[in-house]
Amino acid sequence: MGILEVKGVGKRFGGLQALGDVNLSVNERSVHAIIGPNGAGKSTLLNCLVGKLIPDTGSVMFDGQSVLGRKPHEINQMGISRVFQTPEIFGDLSVQENVMIPCFAKRDGAFELNAFSPALGQKDILAQAEEILEDVNMADKRHMHAASLSRGDKRRLEMAMCLVQQPKLLLLDEPTAGMARADTNNTIDLLKEIHEKRDITMAIIEHDMHVVFSLAQRITVLAQGTPLVEDTPENIKGHPKVREAYLGEAH
Amino acid sequence: MLGLNSKDFRLFLVVIGLTLFAPVLLNPFPTESGLAQFNAGYPDLMQRFVIFGIFAIGFNILFGLTGYLSFGHAAFLGVGSYAAVWMFKLLSYNVLPAIALSVIVAAIFSLAIGFVSLRRSGIYFSILTLAFAQMSFALAYSVLSNPKFNLTNGETGLQVYNDDPQIFHSDRLPDLPHLFGLSMRASTDIALGPWTFTLNAGYYLSAVFMVAAFYIAIRLFRSPFGMMLRAIKTNQTRLNYTGLNSRPYTLAAFVISGAYAGLAGGLLAAMDPLAGAERMQWTASGEVVLMTILGGAGTLIGPILGSGLIKYFENIFSKINDDVLHSWFAFMPDGLEDAMVFIVHPFVGKGWHLTLGIVFMLVVIFLPGGLVEGGQRLWRWITGANRKKSDDQDTKHAPHAAE
Ligand SMILES: Nc1ncnc2c1ncn2[C@@H]1O[C@H](COP(=O)(O)OP(=O)(O)OP(=O)(O)O)[C@@H](O)[C@H]1O
Ligand SMILES: [Mg+2]
Repeated sequence: MGILEVKGVGKRFGGLQALGDVNLSVNERSVHAIIGPNGAGKSTLLNCLVGKLIPDTGSVMFDGQSVLGRKPHEINQMGISRVFQTPEIFGDLSVQENVMIPCFAKRDGAFELNAFSPALGQKDILAQAEEILEDVNMADKRHMHAASLSRGDKRRLEMAMCLVQQPKLLLLDEPTAGMARADTNNTIDLLKEIHEKRDITMAIIEHDMHVVFSLAQRITVLAQGTPLVEDTPENIKGHPKVREAYLGEAH
Repeated sequence: MLGLNSKDFRLFLVVIGLTLFAPVLLNPFPTESGLAQFNAGYPDLMQRFVIFGIFAIGFNILFGLTGYLSFGHAAFLGVGSYAAVWMFKLLSYNVLPAIALSVIVAAIFSLAIGFVSLRRSGIYFSILTLAFAQMSFALAYSVLSNPKFNLTNGETGLQVYNDDPQIFHSDRLPDLPHLFGLSMRASTDIALGPWTFTLNAGYYLSAVFMVAAFYIAIRLFRSPFGMMLRAIKTNQTRLNYTGLNSRPYTLAAFVISGAYAGLAGGLLAAMDPLAGAERMQWTASGEVVLMTILGGAGTLIGPILGSGLIKYFENIFSKINDDVLHSWFAFMPDGLEDAMVFIVHPFVGKGWHLTLGIVFMLVVIFLPGGLVEGGQRLWRWITGANRKKSDDQDTKHAPHAAE
């Protein structure tokens, strides 16, 4: 049994079958990559996991509990954090505040009327925020307006916001898209380090094969809403069906 | 100091100083001078400054922080006034129980309205709050005022009559709102050369409440709760996927701002023990929106400035009539004098709304951050030496829910 068990999930948008009959099992403490061409349904699958969409059929179990029908904040409180394909950050707040908010969510739960003590007086939260900003090399930008960051920095900030919660499962939707080569390599190192240090299970969607093969222990190939194969990176590389459906295009 | 960082503490001291010395600061012109009509330091107007300041400070907690634009907050102010007058009728003219009940009733009322309205966001939220406020207005104006069940006394407005119970009233107490015997109308005139300053009990009571309301607002702005409210304004989706439920946060902000409105309503009744339905009308709800935006939504002191400016226009500009204009331009040749009066006439007296409208448009277009932004720019311009440096910093650093 994996920590995440997706069984027979299907989702239709009008006439478009975005997800067919998806089965996916992510083992605890592994890095599982989901690859596939544009429009394959990868983001749709993640949306079904975090409560943004409710699948038409099938079940999604996380840590032994169903996530279907739960609200996004409840699913996050169960231990799933997500990095979006286009960065979702608090643009009007400072970088530091951006990472403090997930710390509060983790410490105080979905709602806490903490309206009288200064936010900047919470030593534990500040320390966590500072540590993760060091980890992603953004400590010197802590007072910057998040909206004024570069695209790559926005992604790293969003990743920091998810990592600081120490989720049981981290979902990453193309975390290196729009990053320069050097930044991509930094991100790979960061994710590797986080994975080793904190034992976080990760499911990662990625177009960059370099990233996929550096990180993943298992890979699922999705095409037109259905999984083609699921296997180890070595086997995926040589798989004829995959070459045809995906790598053929990418290379 | 007092749990505030040094910058906020300074701002707090400035506000205390301004409210304490308002009777002097707002009366800069000698009583006999031609400019005395621009003096705003008389009790009635000063009370309005601070009471509507409270209203706007509370509104800003909802609108300035979360971005949810309510068009119905006057309903909470009106409910507060009614609650206070009922306390006068039933218990006594003591203002403390009246004000306490205003806050409680307005908070409960806003909990109910907020619970329903916050199911929607954006324009739909605004329309829902507007609809609720207009319903409240209609209820107060006619439905809840019939011989069998007269809660609001309809058109006449709710007031205290001789045959009301007033169970704690005694002959030793004033027949007007009072604080343990100190009448809210009690005033002392201080003559200082050609100037006269009026110190009024009602004003100082309201001022104490405003200072307290302002202090709570600062604490709230800087708290984790305030941070979540600002996060809701910039990206509610992210907040939800970060494990926070935005609904109770917005509802709490709504109820807090409703309670502030109720406090303002209670104080209005404490200054003048009469509550009318027109206090709940949509124009009154719109006014607090204007105050907040004019002063600077999301800033700490903006709402106070905005409400001050609007109340000043309403009470001072509206009093300038043609006679006054003629006396101003009397030094000109007759034809020119008439021409000038003709040009200025539409903007003053009954036309004060026109001037206010123009000021509002100019502020929104050129100073989106309101008067506070204007003040900051002015300050930077005066301290021009550091100009380059601070400009750089401004683009790089997040404006920390500025003063
Ligand atoms: N909310 C929606 N309503 C209608 N159609 C949608 C919706 N979301 C996704 N789709 C469609 O579903 C299909 C799968 O989309 P999805 O975003 O999951 O692809 P993807 O694999 O993430 O692609 P990419 O690599 O470009 O991100 C696409 O054809 C898309 O247009
Ligand atoms: Mg996608």
